[in-house]
Amino acid sequence: MTLPTSILPMGQREKLLDMSNVDKVFNGNVLALKDMNLTVNQGDFISLLGPSGCGKSTALRLISALMRPTSGQITWEGGMNSGDLGVVFQEPTLMPWATVEQNVWLPFRLRGKSLRAVQDEIMWALNMVGLEKFQRSYPRELSGGMKMRVSIARALVTEPRLILMDEPFAALDEITRHKLNNDLLELRKKLKCTVIFVTHSVFESVFLSDRIVVMAARPGRVSSEVTVDAPYPRTDEFRTSAEYAELCRKASDALHGAMNEHGERASA
Amino acid sequence: MSATDMNIAPVVDEEELRYARAQKREKIGKWVLPVLVIALAIFLWDRVVVWNEIPHYILPGPGLVIKTLFQDWGMLSSALLVTVKITLAALAVAVIGGVGLAILFTQSRYFEMSFYPFAVILQVTPVVSIAPLIFIYVDNRLAGLLLCAWIVAFFPILSNTTLGLNSTDHNLRDLYKIYGATRRQRLRYLQLPTALPYFLGGLRIAGGLSLIGAVVAEYVAGTGGIGSGLAFRILEAGYRLNIPRMFAALILIAATGVVIFTAASLLSHLLLHKWHESAIKREN
Repeated sequence: MTLPTSILPMGQREKLLDMSNVDKVFNGNVLALKDMNLTVNQGDFISLLGPSGCGKSTALRLISALMRPTSGQITWEGGMNSGDLGVVFQEPTLMPWATVEQNVWLPFRLRGKSLRAVQDEIMWALNMVGLEKFQRSYPRELSGGMKMRVSIARALVTEPRLILMDEPFAALDEITRHKLNNDLLELRKKLKCTVIFVTHSVFESVFLSDRIVVMAARPGRVSSEVTVDAPYPRTDEFRTSAEYAELCRKASDALHGAMNEHGERASA
Repeated sequence: MSATDMNIAPVVDEEELRYARAQKREKIGKWVLPVLVIALAIFLWDRVVVWNEIPHYILPGPGLVIKTLFQDWGMLSSALLVTVKITLAALAVAVIGGVGLAILFTQSRYFEMSFYPFAVILQVTPVVSIAPLIFIYVDNRLAGLLLCAWIVAFFPILSNTTLGLNSTDHNLRDLYKIYGATRRQRLRYLQLPTALPYFLGGLRIAGGLSLIGAVVAEYVAGTGGIGSGLAFRILEAGYRLNIPRMFAALILIAATGVVIFTAASLLSHLLLHKWHESAIKREN
C-alpha cells in the first residue's frame, strides 16, 4: 500500500489494473457494459467521459467489486486488498452522527483499529484536504465543498493504490468545483496516486486527466480514448490557454462521435 | 445616529426590527398562550358549575377536584404508582421487543416475511378484545396487564425501527461493503445510528400507548383490592358516584401521559441535537 515516489511519464508506467472483455448484463437482457477493455497504470489520471447510460458508473462498481462482471476479467497487479481502494461518490456520503475525524476513521474502524491508533493517519488526511481544524465538527456544520473534502480525506486515509471518483463535484457550484479541481491535482502531485474519475463535463475531464476514456451509450461501451498531453502542474492559466481550448475541442469531438455512433442523434 | 461618528452604530432597518419584534412575540406567546387558555378553560368550567348550580355528583368544579386529589392522595398515589410501574415496564419490554424484532427482521428477510404478519395481526386486533383471553390464560394479574400494555406499545417501535434500519444511505452501504465491513459492523456503525431518530419517534408514540394499554387492560381485568391502579380507582369511584375522585384520577393519568411524552421528547433532543436535521434551528 505504499505510494509510488513519482509519477512516471505515460508509456513508462507500471500496470495496476486490467479490465479485459468485461460485459455486464442486468436482468438478463439489459447490456449495461459491452466488451470493456481498459488498462490502468500506476499514476494514471483517467476520466470516464460520456452521456448518461454509457456504463461509467457500472464500470466503477465493477472495479470496486460491488458487482461481478457477467463475463470477462478484472485483475489487479498483486491482487486486491481492502484499503487498496478509495471511493468518492457524487454526494459527500458522510455519516451525519459522526464528527469529521470519526468519518475519516471509518476505513480503519472497519478493520478494527481504534481512533487513537490511527490519529496520525487521520490528521494527515485532513491536512491534505485543508480541514485539520475541523476534526471535531459535525458534517452539518460544514459547507458542501468542505463535506466533499472530508469525503476525499476518507478515501485517502488508507493510502489506496486507486481512487475512484464518481462525479464527485457535479453537485457543487462552479467556483467551488474549480477550487476542488485545482486541489485534487495538487493532492495527486503530492501523493502520486492513481485516479479514475467519472464525469460528464468535457472541461473538467480535460483539466484533470492525462487519459480520457470516452464512452457511448446503449449498450454502454468504450468509444475512443483521448490523450491529454498537456504537462502538469496545471493551473488556472491552463484553463484559459489555447492548448486547453484545443484539447477540449478534441475531447468534445470524441464525445459527439460517441453519441452519434449507430446514427443515434444526441438531443443536446 | 449620524454616519459621521467614528464607530458606525449597527444599522438595523425597519424590516429587521419588525422581524425581531415578531420573534420576541412568538417566544413569549409559546409559553403564555397555552397557560392562558388552560387557565381560562378551568375558570369557565368553574363558572358553568357555579352558575348552573350543577351538583357535584354530576360535574364537580375544579376546586372540589383539587381538594379531592389532596384528600384521597394516599389511595390515589399508590394507584398512580401501580399504573406508572405497569406503563414503564410495558414500555421497557416494548423497546426491547420492538428493537430486538426489528434487528432480527433486518438481519433476515425470511424471518421478516414469516413474522411480520403476526406483528400486524397483534397490532390491528383491539387490545380490549384480546385482554379477556389473556386474563384467562395468564394467572398472574400483573403479568397479564403487562402483556396487554406491551401488545399496544411495541408495534410503533417495531415498525419505526425497522423502517430506520432499512433507511441507510445506499452509498454508505456500498462504502461499507468496499471496506469489507461485517454484518455486525454494518449494524452497529451504520444501521443503528441511522435508525435512532426513527426509533425515538416510535418511542414517543409508544410511551402514550403503553399508558393507554395499561389503563385499558386494568378496566378489562376489573379486579380491585390492594395493588390496583388508577383505572380501577376510576371504575370504583364511578360505581360509588364519587365523580370528583374520578376527575382527580383522570388528571393523574393525563399528567402521567404528559410527563412520559416530555421525557421522550427530552431524550430525543439530547441524543439528536448535535447532528439531526429535526433538531436544528434554521435561521430566517
